[in-house]
Amino acid sequence: MGIENKAQTIDSNASMEEKIKSNVLTTSVDQAVNWARKNSLWPMPFGTACCGIEMMAVLASRFDIARFGAEAIRFSPRQSDLMIVAGRVVNKMMPILTRIYEQMPDPKWVISMGACASSGGVFDTYAVVQGIDQFLPVDVYVPGCPPRPECLMDGLIKIQRLVERDSVRYYPKATVGKD
Amino acid sequence: MAPEELRDQALAALTDYKDTVLSTKIFHGQLTLNVTGEKIIEILTALRDTPELAFNYLSDLTAVDHLEIGGPERFAVVYHLVSFDHNHRIVIKAFVPENNPEIHSATALWGTADWQEREVWDLYGIKFIGHPNLTRLLNPEMITGHPLRKDYPLRGYGERDTHRRVEREIGSKYKPKKLD
Repeated sequence: MGIENKAQTIDSNASMEEKIKSNVLTTSVDQAVNWARKNSLWPMPFGTACCGIEMMAVLASRFDIARFGAEAIRFSPRQSDLMIVAGRVVNKMMPILTRIYEQMPDPKWVISMGACASSGGVFDTYAVVQGIDQFLPVDVYVPGCPPRPECLMDGLIKIQRLVERDSVRYYPKATVGKD
Repeated sequence: MAPEELRDQALAALTDYKDTVLSTKIFHGQLTLNVTGEKIIEILTALRDTPELAFNYLSDLTAVDHLEIGGPERFAVVYHLVSFDHNHRIVIKAFVPENNPEIHSATALWGTADWQEREVWDLYGIKFIGHPNLTRLLNPEMITGHPLRKDYPLRGYGERDTHRRVEREIGSKYKPKKLD
């Protein structure tokens, strides 16, 4: 009720700035959009090995990635905007990973978690992809074998800072109804 | 049954194919028969259908590349047979040559052999004549060659580097600023 009372006390002869000062917050579109995006990242978990177990620990209550707004794990790429590739990716799986990445709607980000996803790790064999960044645009690498949960959270914060510096102008206009 | 006794019984059951048995070996109480690959179906059938032996279960089917350890031929297809009736086991090593790695399929004797022979074909390139569906089991179709052969390079023929590269769709305008 206090707000209403306060609004009523504004002098009707006051300027527009005076009138809206206590009710409206002005900002730029970028800041508002980025603020919403960075605090509601929906991860797509691509856990293939021991890093996947560590990622689950981060999601669970002890480390609790919900503190950064990224607790809504989506197992459908169409609903997610952050892909966490946790673990080694073998040859047979690389086309699937590419396909899942392409199914995610823009804007999207990729975390390469652990030594295997980033460089192949100790698995320097014919069957293991030597770093997914050869084929996918990776934003943040999280080192470790497997990384501590704090490392993954730090990676997520780094992604948030990337999102902060983003701009809606960078993205193409919506192509709904066009070819 | 003691392994020596089992060996004598097995050799007695295989008298018709005596010339294909190269040698026998008993190691840690387990009997191994080294044979050549031509009469493998007859040998396995005899071992399965002789009542005193009754090897009615194919426990494992795999292969060995003798490139570096030497042997009568380069490849050996290994059959681990178990008899549930008599509770005894036997290992049959059937050698197949390098220039023509072929052997008859055991799928007609044991259904278990189906996927195991596909795996051996995938990883060793040994062809199983009469197999209903001899396609790769583990590796993707893009792989050329058979990776468990000892002369297959450890880092492969480049199959791990040939995937499609995905770029950012947002194009050149998007230049993420460096983090502090």
